[in-house]
Amino acid sequence: MTERFLDIGLRVNGEDVRERIEARKTLVDFLRDDLGLTGSHIGCEQGVCGACTVRLDGAVVRGCLVLAVQCDGAAVETIEGISDSGAIADLQDAFQRRNALQCGFCTPGMLIGAQHLLSRGGVPSRDAIREHIAGNYCRCTGYQAIVDAIESTATARAAARAEKAGRP
Amino acid sequence: MKIADDVPSVLSALDRPNSYIGRSVPRPNLARLTQGRGQYVSDVVLPRMAHAAFARSPHAHARIKAIAATAARKAPGVIAVVTGAELAKVITPWVGVLTHLKGIKSAPQHAIAVERACWQGEAVCAVVARSRAEAEDAAALIAVDYEVLPAVIDPETALDAATPVIHPELGDNLTFERVLNAGNADKGFADADAVVAATFLFGRHTGVTNEPRAIVADWNPGDRRLTVYQGTQAPHMTQNLFAKHLGLEEHQVRVLTKDVGGSFGIKVHIYADEMATVALAKLLKRPVKFVADRFESFVTDIHARDHRITARIGVKNDGAITAFEIDDLTGIGPYSVYPRTSGIEANQVVNLVGGPYTCPNYRARARVVFQNKNVMCQYRAVGHPIATAVTEGLVELAAAKIGMDVAELRRRNLYPDNAYPATGAAGLKFEGLSHHASLGKILKMMDYAGLRAEQAKLRQRGVHRGIGFASFIEVTNPSAAFYGVGGARITSQDGATVKLDATGAIFIHSGVTEQGQGTESVLAQCVASSFGVPLERVRVITGDTDNTPYGGGTWASRAAGIGGEAAWQAGKALRANVLAAAASILQADPTALDIRNGIVVDADSGRERMGLDEVARVVYFRPDTLPPGFQAEFVVTRHYVPRAWPFAFTNGVQASYLEVDTRTGAVKLIRHWCVEDCGTVINPQLVDEQIRGGIVQGIGAVLFEHCRYDDAGQLLNATMMDYLVPMAAEMPDIDIGHVVTPTADSELGAKGAGEAGTAGAPACVMNAVNDALRPLGAAPITAMPIAPEMILRALRQNHPYPR
Repeated sequence: MTERFLDIGLRVNGEDVRERIEARKTLVDFLRDDLGLTGSHIGCEQGVCGACTVRLDGAVVRGCLVLAVQCDGAAVETIEGISDSGAIADLQDAFQRRNALQCGFCTPGMLIGAQHLLSRGGVPSRDAIREHIAGNYCRCTGYQAIVDAIESTATARAAARAEKAGRP
Repeated sequence: MKIADDVPSVLSALDRPNSYIGRSVPRPNLARLTQGRGQYVSDVVLPRMAHAAFARSPHAHARIKAIAATAARKAPGVIAVVTGAELAKVITPWVGVLTHLKGIKSAPQHAIAVERACWQGEAVCAVVARSRAEAEDAAALIAVDYEVLPAVIDPETALDAATPVIHPELGDNLTFERVLNAGNADKGFADADAVVAATFLFGRHTGVTNEPRAIVADWNPGDRRLTVYQGTQAPHMTQNLFAKHLGLEEHQVRVLTKDVGGSFGIKVHIYADEMATVALAKLLKRPVKFVADRFESFVTDIHARDHRITARIGVKNDGAITAFEIDDLTGIGPYSVYPRTSGIEANQVVNLVGGPYTCPNYRARARVVFQNKNVMCQYRAVGHPIATAVTEGLVELAAAKIGMDVAELRRRNLYPDNAYPATGAAGLKFEGLSHHASLGKILKMMDYAGLRAEQAKLRQRGVHRGIGFASFIEVTNPSAAFYGVGGARITSQDGATVKLDATGAIFIHSGVTEQGQGTESVLAQCVASSFGVPLERVRVITGDTDNTPYGGGTWASRAAGIGGEAAWQAGKALRANVLAAAASILQADPTALDIRNGIVVDADSGRERMGLDEVARVVYFRPDTLPPGFQAEFVVTRHYVPRAWPFAFTNGVQASYLEVDTRTGAVKLIRHWCVEDCGTVINPQLVDEQIRGGIVQGIGAVLFEHCRYDDAGQLLNATMMDYLVPMAAEMPDIDIGHVVTPTADSELGAKGAGEAGTAGAPACVMNAVNDALRPLGAAPITAMPIAPEMILRALRQNHPYPR
């Protein structure tokens, strides 16, 4: 393909989006610059820091390692959409109460990564939580508060599931 | 772990009805940050905004013979291509020196290099274009004809006669030198039963803020004002610098700092490319944005800690330390960084070595030299991790030498808790510290005896674990002694303006800033407590030079201790004014009234008299009903600056428990403890998280982080793929304890807590590694970061460092 600009159509946070974009543009640049979705952040542009983490057709991806044109026909979810959906309200609340963020720059990516782990069900061990978020860089917290917040959310969700299933 | 809604408070003498001092209230700004609704400078977009990119020198030292920019000027989207010489007509150069660092010298530094580039990564030409991508495309088309010059890389030879002088007009490559002789070091060493010497090597590392440096500058020729959105820790400082070097009055410059994606001292300096960006905005009369990419961060964000220290300790067989001696050599790049200088870290090392101990005999020399690498300057815990690693490394080596337990050796030498006020060997003045109480507490928290028993048992099974400690002191709440006396326009005082709005809510405008520490929460806690309103009724405004009292910002652990005290006092003053108005309305004695939970009540019975909304309604809308001659004042400003002590020193102790894999050299951190005394704890959760984050930053320094340069001055690992930072999987859980010794200089009694974690972690991890390796006959490791290879060399070749 030699065209410098391409037309793409995709769903972003449940809204249809049609744009003509440069073929070289990354997904995170497209989200931030073209759609104003600045909740996805740019930290390293090499897929190491995890600040640009978003969902692409349900999979957790690095927005800096995916080209926007690759998302033609796909569904993308960012922190703005995931937050507005209410699906992670309990996790967000735990992060706030535990002060699991300081500057907050890593937080959207951290929350999306954590929700992915939590969606598997069960209560992961602290080591498993640490392992899972090991691709998200946080310079502020030292990670312990983040592990605490994820662990407490997992425990609370497990208790809620148990209650719903009719067990004590 | 269960999250407590309100972590048990450290009791405070300041408690009064609805006091928030000592309580872990959640931060007001967290909800929007978890929703992706932050407003970082990288997110700022303005009408007509253009983007800057820079062509940067690929050489450590080179003359710029010619710049061919025709192709770049014709590239799509390009608005301007600007060389250093062209930009120098808009913005003047600067020299990073201060008068209180006697003899410090540096050369004029330009926003963009003129004639000569002095490190790999220095900007040599700017491109402004409609998008960042187009600006980068065009920057790649700029052809610079360089004459490569000899580069000065190794600090060890920087002062040799045969080494070229980077700035010939300065005469030599010596930036700054300090010599200190306290007590009688020669006699101290002569009296010692054992003298232990070691060379400590500290790897250059950097801050790696998750959000790189970012700035948007908007020059509006219509109102002749420059508005700068900048991720900075010190907006009033940068306001002054932009005005000074663009030839503007300070009132023509407004600096706005909203959310900042991490700072840690990286964003408390002024950078050449930020100066270039404001100059480009002035030149082009439109907003210009520059956000460093990660490569630019690695080659231009200040580096720190590149120190080589030969050191000695003298000790008697009874454990008494008789003398300390250090000789520090540090290379700081080609320029002393503006405006705080690059002499401060070495100066701090000299000040802080031996700091926790009573030994009066101390000799020190520090030499700071120029070299053709990226600049070094103050980064979180400036000098502390180095001084603490040297001091505590020597203490544990001495303990091993005389066969004494490391905790016992400390007990015999730490300043007694009843020895204050005291003046340390280096001249530091201590108001009140708690070394022994802190040590006693940490030994209990970690079950020291139990841990030693476990260590011994495991060693029999071939599992090699180590325990290491670090006692430390920390400089916080700096007075004018830090920068003001040296001529820098960096204020040590700070202010808070507090107002009651027309519905009875409180606004705080403060000169300290928020970069994630929780400053805004602390300010709200102070005012809500001293005024007497629920926290939800308080709104905090920071980071706007037009709308906050002149202040220093947030660095050197000053926001809570200094900014918090100003806010506390402002809240008290406003309370008195509101009570005067309420008394006037109620025809009561103001001293018989109080404000509790946002309601004016009778002080003795607590009976509700009127809500603040009603007081505000009368004052703002029916002042005609107030007695003649009474004027309510519902906006109050108070300032605070430490006066009794140059710094509010704090103290603490950390301990590390780790396991070394003798086959791979890998270090597994098992547990980490810290007991810290920062005086009155305003918000226990925020203090603990400052300490935990700081400890992990210190763990990065001792185990992972290293800016690796080759002999030609090329940074070899300027990506996050190659430069290792601490990630979650390798980090331990960290237990925090407190001892509370308030400062009497302020009513709140709060000292700082931001540096403590980073100050002590490298030392205690290094000591724990050596504790694990010592029975195996390994040579002590006194260099960091401690790579697995160094551990294997220490074990197998009895020499940890490749040479």
